[in-house]
Amino acid sequence: MPEVTLVEATRLALVQEMRRDPRVWALGEDVARGGLFGQYRGVLEEFGEARAVSTPISESTIMGAGLGAALVGTRPVIEMRIFDFTLCAMDELANQIAKIRYMTGGQARPALVVRMPHGMWRSSAAQHSQTLEAWFAHLPGVVVVAPATPADAAGLLVAAIRSDDPVLVFEPKDLWHSVGPVPDVIEPLPFGSARRVREGGDLTLVVWSALVPAAERAAAALAERGMGVDLLDLRSLWPWDEDAVCASVARTGRLLVAQEAVTTAGFGAEVAARMVERLGPGRVRAVRRLGFPRVPVPFAPPLEAALRVTPERIVEAAEAMVRG
Amino acid sequence: MTDETAAMAEGGNSARLLALHRLMRRIRAFEETAVAAHAAGEIPGPLHVSIGQEAVAAGVCLNLRRDDRITSTHRGHGHALAKGAGVAGMMAELHGRAGGHCGGKGGSMHIADFTAGMLGANGVVAGGIPIAVGAAQGLRLLGSDAVVACFFGDGAINRGPFLEGLNWAALFRLPVLFVCEDNGVAAFTRAESTTAGPGAAARAEALGVPAEAVDGNDAAAVDAAAGRLLVAVRAGSGPRLLHARTTRASGHTSTDAAAWRTAEEVAASRARDPLSALEASMLRQGVAAEALAAVRAEAEAEMGHAREAARAAPWPDPASAWEDVQDSGAEIAA
Ligand SMILES: Cc1ncc(C[n+]2csc(CCOP(=O)(O)OP(=O)(O)O)c2C)c(N)n1
Repeated sequence: MPEVTLVEATRLALVQEMRRDPRVWALGEDVARGGLFGQYRGVLEEFGEARAVSTPISESTIMGAGLGAALVGTRPVIEMRIFDFTLCAMDELANQIAKIRYMTGGQARPALVVRMPHGMWRSSAAQHSQTLEAWFAHLPGVVVVAPATPADAAGLLVAAIRSDDPVLVFEPKDLWHSVGPVPDVIEPLPFGSARRVREGGDLTLVVWSALVPAAERAAAALAERGMGVDLLDLRSLWPWDEDAVCASVARTGRLLVAQEAVTTAGFGAEVAARMVERLGPGRVRAVRRLGFPRVPVPFAPPLEAALRVTPERIVEAAEAMVRG
Repeated sequence: MTDETAAMAEGGNSARLLALHRLMRRIRAFEETAVAAHAAGEIPGPLHVSIGQEAVAAGVCLNLRRDDRITSTHRGHGHALAKGAGVAGMMAELHGRAGGHCGGKGGSMHIADFTAGMLGANGVVAGGIPIAVGAAQGLRLLGSDAVVACFFGDGAINRGPFLEGLNWAALFRLPVLFVCEDNGVAAFTRAESTTAGPGAAARAEALGVPAEAVDGNDAAAVDAAAGRLLVAVRAGSGPRLLHARTTRASGHTSTDAAAWRTAEEVAASRARDPLSALEASMLRQGVAAEALAAVRAEAEAEMGHAREAARAAPWPDPASAWEDVQDSGAEIAA
């Protein structure tokens, strides 16, 4: 299998799907120029300007026009450039896209994909670093995915393009250039299936998106100290793999959720609450969430670093749970 | 206003006038019936009616094909009916009953009938504008020659999507007819106290969208203007905007008395009633009063039956509240 970067993996997935289905097209700022990160490199050249559309800086209309185009039967891939700009299109996303199938009693099928590169990346500061995917897990009507590897990013993008549901794809900016194998023919990866990154019996560690590599390093360090970590990469936040997490926590009795996001009211709270509901407090001996304090992401590298959920912080929390 | 009407009649186009009249009578009857049902407690929720504005919906939509699309507003019954949405499904939807176009999940503010190209009323002011331009872009990508008409009120021109959407449509030369239904008020506030500058048409022109103003209470004039603009839109000349000045005869919702309006204003808006004007000019051109009365009676009977049917329809199955959210994850959503 060829090894490619995450950004190239998503490009390959998009191109594969655009070749397969002439109704698939992409729109967003600088898309015809290859996109901000090169995710659309070559798309204009192969598919022409009707299917690789560079748009005005009009986020409401990028999002809303994507919806309108979906309503007449095309399958748009809506590029938001950086997640934070999605906040300029929240009516179109939350009031229109997420609701239209329901409000019309099933007449509308908004088959569209919204791509939102998110997270901390090279001192981007408070308006270019946010991770608010939990907001959208809270929003009925959309699928929410947040992959961490090239293969998963490619497989989930293919699944998103083929889905008749609107799918929000959070792509980790910090991992764009991480490398991994991607098959020549990219199969759709089902939503709601977690990936077991590492097996262990002492503690269940749940992560997604940019925190996966940090969690892997933490799990390796813990293994050296004799602690077995069952590491699950959720990959999808809605639907999410409750069963996989539940089976793991039933074995380990301990749940640690680490998130590159504010802890308060984050998705980790949902994971923890569901596990206690399903297994009962007796079988969940220890629960912890790791994340940011309730502060915006700062600019200066040492300030940014002060927020980060690092392998060291994960190790420390896990040790306290297992030994404590 | 009689100029266009007379020209139409002289041109042997009296069938067109009859069609406009019948459509406007049906819209009026639908909404008067709905207001009565709402007052009787049979229609829940807010109800925004377009009584006094029917000429805009009728005049524009009579120029559309079945496969053309429209997007509409919170005041959208007229647009939907004029585009050919099914009456029974609309009335049932207003009542929140089974058999409504949206299965009772939408109500008045979310009426849609995709089979008629009616992509939805909208509970958000200006919400339909981005959707309309995207629909036009999608239709073009699919090789269709259908066009999109996008209705919005004068209040919508102060929201960002108006600027974004018109710029976008002009930039990509999309087949969209923007229709600003300017009734001079937004909810409870006069437009002149919220809108700076010369308004919708000038803003459109500044964005490269040619605009035409019309007396929105003159059905024949709206029909003629929309027809002209749609010829250009269909020919691939890009978007156009029709600025239709009209009058909202009622309050913001069916229960709003709009008591802030002066008696003179109310009288003036009654005097500008588009149906009375159309009927007066049709009478002058020799249409029999009985014929007009028959159209009215027929429309009222049609809507009365629709109300009866809606009232008799069962409520939706409560289990259906769980349906039509999304396919993925439905099993864990509860
Ligand atoms: C974005 C948004 N803001 C506020 C409202 C509340 N609202 C509903 S209708 C309305 C007035 C709209 O005025 P206009 O577009 O002129 O239409 P009209 O009611 O006059 O037909 C307002 C403020 C809304 N629905 N959406």
